[in-house]
Amino acid sequence: MSGGVFMLVAARDLRLAGRRRFEALLPVVFFIVAASLFPLGVGPEPQVLRQIAPGVVWVCALLAAMLSLNTLFASDHQDGSLEQMLLSRHSTIMVAAGKALAHWLLTGLPLILAAPVLGVLFDMRASSILTMEAGLILGTPVLSLLGSIGAALTLGLRSGGVLILLLVLPLCIPVLIFGAGAVGSVDVGLSAAGHLSLLGALLLLALVAAPPAAAAALRISMS
Amino acid sequence: MSRSIRLFTFAAPSRFFALSGFLLPWLWLAAIGFALAGLYMGFFVAPTDATQGDSYRIIFVHVPAAWMSMVLYLVMAGWAVFGWAANARLASMVARALAPTGAMFTFLALWTGALWGKPTWGTWWVWDARLTSELILLFLYLGYMALVESIDDVRRADHAGALLALVGAINVPIIYFSVKWWNTLHQGATISMTAAPKMAATMLNAMLLMTIAFWAYSFAVVFMRTRAIVLERERQAQWVIDLAAREAKEVK
Repeated sequence: MSGGVFMLVAARDLRLAGRRRFEALLPVVFFIVAASLFPLGVGPEPQVLRQIAPGVVWVCALLAAMLSLNTLFASDHQDGSLEQMLLSRHSTIMVAAGKALAHWLLTGLPLILAAPVLGVLFDMRASSILTMEAGLILGTPVLSLLGSIGAALTLGLRSGGVLILLLVLPLCIPVLIFGAGAVGSVDVGLSAAGHLSLLGALLLLALVAAPPAAAAALRISMS
Repeated sequence: MSRSIRLFTFAAPSRFFALSGFLLPWLWLAAIGFALAGLYMGFFVAPTDATQGDSYRIIFVHVPAAWMSMVLYLVMAGWAVFGWAANARLASMVARALAPTGAMFTFLALWTGALWGKPTWGTWWVWDARLTSELILLFLYLGYMALVESIDDVRRADHAGALLALVGAINVPIIYFSVKWWNTLHQGATISMTAAPKMAATMLNAMLLMTIAFWAYSFAVVFMRTRAIVLERERQAQWVIDLAAREAKEVK
């Protein structure tokens, strides 16, 4: 039964996003625009661009994922449906996990699909782009899961938007390090397996620990 | 009072207020006394370092500050979570009072580290694992303070802060090891800070004295801040009203 509410919450968020299609595309548009600024800032030398590409892509993905966080629970909080979900007999943990899944499908997945385009813009090699994709597939769910804790903690606060960034960004640093590090090690001819394994470990840890934390944060914020 | 002191006797804000009021002058005395002794020993007794000259003397402030910054985060997280789990109001107040002191020590450690780095390595800042982790620790403190300050409801602020501090405390080792690994892969800093030369006994003693001074200072200032928070939150309570009336009478 609790698995059912997980899928229902995610499906509901996807349907809601489908009714506001352009809004749902905003994170990925931000991702591409922000990353395109870097060549203009640091200069168009392919050598430099290739070197900074993994870091730029990861930092922009991080910021894009954070930008859409404050809407994660906000509209449900305003119209009272979040309160009904918490009052229901379904597990709050599953509700929080479903929300995080919806956030990843709406933000993380488009970023993963758009990242190869940026890889080409930054003159990355095919092997580096593949590694970056693998890292993003493992890493972006962690961002959504950690972000759901921050979004639940800052529910309904005046300064919510900037506050989420301050709360969640420091916690995301390991993801950034291993995600960008995987591409960097491929670039110098080493195997990326170590970095990707650690990203996988972070994902498993976040999968187990983040939904209960987000659920507890929701209970704190709504009580 | 003839009642015996039990484990939770001083968890009552009024008794804590009385006890901390009694302890405060002694804590300040200890902080100032140990700091003077430590600074005297550090600056006048301890020998000049063979390789670093006199610039190394900043460690008598730097190292204890770095220790305090890390210990205080764990203490803060511990009290915050205890206050959340056991619904102990005073524990939550202490957690809140700890955050600014912890952030101050983190900043002090970074600042004195920069002052030490300039003459020793010729640069204010290197992206060394320890420096980077300390910087991230400062971000964690700032996040905690920003969160509890921006929630108006006291209970919610305490509990939300506790959850954040707990998540942060779990993350600190992960962040430390990822930064350490990132650093060794990048070969950023060429100077090894782990290869500390053997320290003279006077240097160690001066550092220990300064550590005791910083502990006493932390207790004193956290008690003062907690007392202010107690008065603010308990202003409806009879004992605070009585206290205010007594103070007003003394002023007259």
